[in-house]
Amino acid sequence: MVTALKAGDQSAVAQLYDRYSSVVYAVALRVLGDTGAAEDVLQEVFLQLWRNPAAFDAARGTLGSWLAVIARNRAIDFLRKRRPETDLEDVIVSVSPDLAREADRSRAAEKVRSVIGAMPPPQRSALEMAYFEGLSHSEIAGKTGEPLGTIKTRIRTGLMILRKAFQT
Amino acid sequence: MSAHEQFADDLALYAVDALTGEDRAAMETHLAGCSACRLELEQLRGDGALLALSTLGPKPPQRARQRLLDAVAKEPRVPVKLVETKSRRSWWGILGWAATAAVVVFAASLWKENAALKQTLASANAQATESARELEDIRRIAAPIIEPEAQVVTVVALKAQPQPGGKAFYLRKRGSLVFLATNMPPLPPNKAYELWLIPMQGAPMAAGIFKPDAHGRGTVINPPLPPGAEAKTFAITVENEAGASTPTMPIVMMGAGE
Repeated sequence: MVTALKAGDQSAVAQLYDRYSSVVYAVALRVLGDTGAAEDVLQEVFLQLWRNPAAFDAARGTLGSWLAVIARNRAIDFLRKRRPETDLEDVIVSVSPDLAREADRSRAAEKVRSVIGAMPPPQRSALEMAYFEGLSHSEIAGKTGEPLGTIKTRIRTGLMILRKAFQT
Repeated sequence: MSAHEQFADDLALYAVDALTGEDRAAMETHLAGCSACRLELEQLRGDGALLALSTLGPKPPQRARQRLLDAVAKEPRVPVKLVETKSRRSWWGILGWAATAAVVVFAASLWKENAALKQTLASANAQATESARELEDIRRIAAPIIEPEAQVVTVVALKAQPQPGGKAFYLRKRGSLVFLATNMPPLPPNKAYELWLIPMQGAPMAAGIFKPDAHGRGTVINPPLPPGAEAKTFAITVENEAGASTPTMPIVMMGAGE
């Protein structure tokens, strides 16, 4: 489908939208908490893909993961009312399952939630504040009253725990 | 090869855009020269993607789909043709004249430099911002020659027939080369034009293969060339599609430095 997209085939956009719009919208909605704004991000993400399909490098990751990360980044930009900070071409996402099928995605999402749920609450909170609220480590430290070093370690180990969960 | 442990925490923060200020600048400086950490960064972004993929929520409203498709319909894209050179991308296949081509060379060099910057050189945040601004300026300026919709007109003396020709723009210190050809005669089946860098000393160096399009236009953008090779001139031969390691006579076109 990406090949068709590169060839200018508009129907490929519809197919990709049908496959991935739910995850893009869900990420945007999680970050923004506003359906209208999430819809705008959804529109922008797919339009960007249409305008510049070469930005996605299939050799460096899967489309589902890439779109999810782009959606998250754009939603954070939107949240912070800033211009996009990252070019599409610069977003390279290694590994991660593609999860093109909704059933697979649901299972993986359940697994991630389970892993996150098993984390100590301060660690889970630090990870989610960074990823879904777009807070910097110093902002998280300010909010939680924890030392910067602790926040750094919590975020890193949180990501490592997720990685390990999908390596086994 | 593994990522540097002393950067591990900051790298994770960087992957989720939670690293700011001087720490971020220092990380970018380190990343520019450390492929192991760049690789780990991709992994960490993949880990973060799991978080993104874990989100579940309501499906987007039906109107969003139609809204997108309407927007796409308003932006029809010319299909990207496969490059008819071995070396690069098709949207460069539009020929400009010397001035605009010079912009292309500069842009290509900057892009190349930008990529190299990421891989090998450290740069402060201010420099990165400035580079991005310059790149944006160049993209804007070069738009008339890189947009597929651009109209291309070759202007020749009245009553004169357009002649085959080409311009090679070569930056020796970077090994960057852009070659733009016009009015090239059609080729026999299974043949291609091959560009050669003729050095001041030594054997000719293969500098890219191209096949002209229906209008006789062809391009070669940044073929693999060693930096610093001094070019006496450039030449073109007709070779098999796969290219040759040495030029096959006769030389069909030959140039000289300007």
